[in-house]
Amino acid sequence: MSYIPSSLKERQEMLQTVGVSAMDDLFAVVPSALRIKKLKLPSGKSELEVSQMMHKMAGKNRVFSAIFRGAGAYHHYIPAIVNSVIAKESFLTAYTPYQAEISQGILQSIFEYQTMICELTGMDVSNASIYDGASAAAEAMTMCRERKRDKVLISAAVLPMTIQTVQTYCNGNGMTVELIPQKNGVTDLEALELLLNDRSACVYLQQPNYFGMLEAAEAIGEAAHRAGAKFVMGVNPIAAAILKTPRDCGADIAVGEGQPLGMPLSFGGPYLGFMAATTAMIRRLPGRIVGETVDVEGKRAFVLTLQAREQHIRREKASSNVCSNQALCALTASVYCSAMGPSGLQEAAQQCHAKAHYAAQQISAIPGFALRYQGEFFHEFLTETPCCADAVLAKLAEKDILGGYPVSGGILWCVTEMNSKAQIDALTSALKEVSDTCN
Amino acid sequence: MNIPQNLSYTKSHEWILFLNKTTARIGITDTAQQLLGDLVYINLPEVGDTIASGDSFSDVESVKAVSDIYSPVTGVISAVNEELKDTPQLMNSAPYDSWLIEVKDITDQKELLNAEQYAKICEEEEAH
Repeated sequence: MSYIPSSLKERQEMLQTVGVSAMDDLFAVVPSALRIKKLKLPSGKSELEVSQMMHKMAGKNRVFSAIFRGAGAYHHYIPAIVNSVIAKESFLTAYTPYQAEISQGILQSIFEYQTMICELTGMDVSNASIYDGASAAAEAMTMCRERKRDKVLISAAVLPMTIQTVQTYCNGNGMTVELIPQKNGVTDLEALELLLNDRSACVYLQQPNYFGMLEAAEAIGEAAHRAGAKFVMGVNPIAAAILKTPRDCGADIAVGEGQPLGMPLSFGGPYLGFMAATTAMIRRLPGRIVGETVDVEGKRAFVLTLQAREQHIRREKASSNVCSNQALCALTASVYCSAMGPSGLQEAAQQCHAKAHYAAQQISAIPGFALRYQGEFFHEFLTETPCCADAVLAKLAEKDILGGYPVSGGILWCVTEMNSKAQIDALTSALKEVSDTCN
Repeated sequence: MNIPQNLSYTKSHEWILFLNKTTARIGITDTAQQLLGDLVYINLPEVGDTIASGDSFSDVESVKAVSDIYSPVTGVISAVNEELKDTPQLMNSAPYDSWLIEVKDITDQKELLNAEQYAKICEEEEAH
């Protein structure tokens, strides 16, 4: 079928009206050397052929029955209702609203999302979301910039991709980035105190951090504030259900990767960046913000609010060029949170925590797989490995297990509610075999 | 049109009041606040910042627009009107009482207009 809605006759009429004889005449002003004669594309395929081709390509994916890997993307159960709600065409095919107020349904869904992000983080205001956790972190750095404060201090115990994204943004906006060293798997508070000065714009901390460890967030936040810097926390939203909220830890801004809230791993995307802040920082918050108001009849209604922050009004003085959001992923997160409810989220978090601790106990008892760091962790932990990590992972793959992520000579394991005790025990016995052959 | 005689003005609708030869307060005029509409937010500089004549030192935000405020003098900011941060609408209700910044050590200034000259500019602009 043809996807061009006008008929040949209609097109001829239109061409005649504008006074040309053929479609190509419309492009006569483009020098012929610049015009593409013919694209090197295969001829069209039937729906059946496309479907077969796509299935064949998808068949190349290796889908493991047990996943023990996180490191930034997390395997969680997604209630069936999530996909059935977001698959509604009115949500699935809608782009970020341009005639915003005419799309009350989309605005309401974003407003509900913002409310849930505020509840989860304890912050006052949330934006309508941005691309992913790393860009949310980088946008937060820009929010903290003051005329005389242009230095970002970011913990070395942050997801490396987030650090790289922050460095990329700061390379462009003229801020400098310094790494706060880690000690025993957590951010070194003493080293931080030495790095802080009157040029420091903010301190960025990840909770739980890249190694799965729980940071002394309040103490780090207090140190940042003593030096007049802002305190930004990147949080895992599932862990946030049972940990002290960023607001209670003194954060000025809370950001994070929203993927664990109902989004499949999907080879890395699309994911969701959430951003929330204190009221004092609202005018620096990038992206869209939906507000609640009443219409002329006094009925509850929704609007895009505080638009003067955005670049279509503030132009070159805008601190960010984000003017869209991840509407469908944000909706996914809010449907997920609604389906789970506060207690469901807490239960998922508690299961992650309990199962990860059982797994850590079992794995660390195997010779060669000792825990690298002592201290509190959530659902990830770093162990040593008796032989090279890749060899260990290859052995596990033979047993249909996706092992942890190789990190600085060790292996970073992740356990969620998706991992049954039987899976964890199977992993443990597989690692015992590896340990025996290594030694 | 409210244009007090005791102040000096700029073409870009700022007023300036000299407290002595090298110290002055700067605000926005009644005409400016009318053109901008309801003001909801102001970005103020910090005490100790140096500003040069012609530079933007602040921006004010109305519901649908953001506008720069320019300094007619070169000097060092000795005070900012913190009250405006919480109640920017004072610039609408009492524009000549709502100074934005106080500048000291003034070394240079743009050519300033007196009340009559400024009134004429406002009339011309209105005619366009």
